[in-house]
Amino acid sequence: MTLEQVKKELKGYKGRTIKIMEVCGTHTASIFKAGIRSILPAEIRLISGPGCPVCVTPSAYIDKLVEYSLKENHQVLTFGDMMKVRGSEYSLTQAKALGGQISYLYSPLQSLALAKQNPQTNYIFAAVGFETTAPLYAILLEEMEKEGIRNLKLLIAVKTIVPALSYLCEKEEIDGFLCPGHVSVIIGSKIYEPLAKKYQKPFVVTGFEGEHILASIYEIMTQLSTEEYRVKNLYTSAVKEEGNEKAFGAIMKYFEPCDAYWRGIGTIPGSGLRLREEFLKYDAGSEEAFAEETLPKGCSCTDVILGRIQPIECPAFGKRCTPMDALGPCMVSSEGACGIWYKNR
Amino acid sequence: MHIDMSYGSGGKQTTSLINEVFVKHFSNPVLQKMEDSAVLTVKEKIAFTTDSFVVTPMFFKGGDIGKVAVCGTVNDLLMMGANPKYLTAGFIIEEGASLTDLEHIAASMAAAAKEAGAQIVAGDTKVIEGKGGIYINTAGIGEIEREGISISACKEGDIILLSGNLGEHHTAIMSHRMEIENDIKSDCAPLKEIVMNLIMAGIDIHCMRDVTRGGLATVLNEVSASSSCKVEIEERALPVSPQVKGFCDILGLDPLYMANEGKLIAVVAQKDAKRALQIMKESRYGENAAVIGTIQAGSKVVMTTAFGGSRVIDVLYGEGLPRIC
Repeated sequence: MTLEQVKKELKGYKGRTIKIMEVCGTHTASIFKAGIRSILPAEIRLISGPGCPVCVTPSAYIDKLVEYSLKENHQVLTFGDMMKVRGSEYSLTQAKALGGQISYLYSPLQSLALAKQNPQTNYIFAAVGFETTAPLYAILLEEMEKEGIRNLKLLIAVKTIVPALSYLCEKEEIDGFLCPGHVSVIIGSKIYEPLAKKYQKPFVVTGFEGEHILASIYEIMTQLSTEEYRVKNLYTSAVKEEGNEKAFGAIMKYFEPCDAYWRGIGTIPGSGLRLREEFLKYDAGSEEAFAEETLPKGCSCTDVILGRIQPIECPAFGKRCTPMDALGPCMVSSEGACGIWYKNR
Repeated sequence: MHIDMSYGSGGKQTTSLINEVFVKHFSNPVLQKMEDSAVLTVKEKIAFTTDSFVVTPMFFKGGDIGKVAVCGTVNDLLMMGANPKYLTAGFIIEEGASLTDLEHIAASMAAAAKEAGAQIVAGDTKVIEGKGGIYINTAGIGEIEREGISISACKEGDIILLSGNLGEHHTAIMSHRMEIENDIKSDCAPLKEIVMNLIMAGIDIHCMRDVTRGGLATVLNEVSASSSCKVEIEERALPVSPQVKGFCDILGLDPLYMANEGKLIAVVAQKDAKRALQIMKESRYGENAAVIGTIQAGSKVVMTTAFGGSRVIDVLYGEGLPRIC
């Protein structure tokens, strides 16, 4: 089947409205970049899920980073994407203007050199992310152990995707899932099988090019029409059935599962990773960085992240909530659904 | 040797700094008179602009803050159809800056000005407390060679040309800041040859803009708003090198929003588009020039994606920061 035929078939779909969730923020960005929505009929709705680590970061976590950045002899290290997210008072960008010591890095491993060069500075790495980023933290911890580094600690907010998918299947009405590409490289495609079986839904592991995404949507539509639900890996160039066992092993050496708090959703059991007891000396007080929070008045992040509404259906969208002054992180993250919708409105 | 506060005192060290660095490199009859201001002869109509430069790192692959400071102002003049003639240079130097660095910067300013055919005829130096940073303001005067070029002069049916690959300056700077090894060089360059060749050939240019901070997306939105038109572009037509594309894919950046320091868009009458493209391609720094889109009735900037979809291209919000995963 050619790409043009797939486009034509999908465009011609006339049945009930189908809700397909792309779980991962990079997919949300790719869908917009390729202009996929302009090819699909209104009856096929793509909804963005909670798989952007920035978007589910609670303000207490940002507050803790801000606090560290303003402390004498402390410096916060972070991925660039976190800079714009508002805490209860300030974002890291704003904290920096107030004199906060904050740098953004490309890789967590760059923090090692900094810690060695400046032994008098206490570095705090904002360790957010999913299974994709977690192996990097494992390597970092391994190096820290080896080199006896004591002036670098991690403020950990690492989440895992399968418990979140389970939660979504239990609570929300979603017809099929585009499974994350990068995360699946680590955890594999087989891990989704119990979900597909239990909830009778299509789970398709997807790459990031327009063609990949469209092929995956087509696969979901086919499974729905034949009522044969299964895991299908359409990103075989990068994702193995078993995943990357070595990377997964490295994660589990340093981390163990814990309950995690997702901004806009709440606590999902077993959906986070924390340091194992013997490595807690590298923890920067991660447990204190999470507190149940009430979203600002008029913020519909919960409904957006859970795919109940499209960003433009939020009353605050583009009015009280814009990339310049956002109520929630989805509006400022480069992979946040609201920010992406805003820029393409 | 490092610059300390005494270099800003106005006394002996200040004079030696001026003579041994600036006069030495910028040497020209107007500057050498050392009057309180430069006395200049110009044609009747001039363009006049100013810009300040604070880039870190000061030295990067493909250029330095001095080269950017001259190219930025020279290119702004050129975009109005003006031939750059005279520049001023103001330096704010933090104590601790290296004299050797300053000299390198002055030398590359002189080289860029020479290439653009402009003279640096006045300057100023201040030394402040700090950590060795150097900041430069340049102002420039250019003689108008072609009138009527304007951001609000684009018309339905016009063709948009881009002079070369997107995102190279941004990538070079970011790679340096993030300690990522690659061969990507800043595109920083004076665009005089492209512009003068277009004007000389009588191309009907409606608008020119250099594509700097905010990237192509922001410039095209300015065109759309000022000329009250719809800008349509083709993703497939956008020139981006494979190295920059790879860099962007890894970090989640978009070449449409990345800064350049040696690229322009020219919006020209349809009848002249083919010729204009040929001229650009044959001019220095224009070898990768391409037709990227058209001006239509309506509003917004809309891109047909390589995949065959379409999307609206908005301006940049905040700083383009690398994503997490």
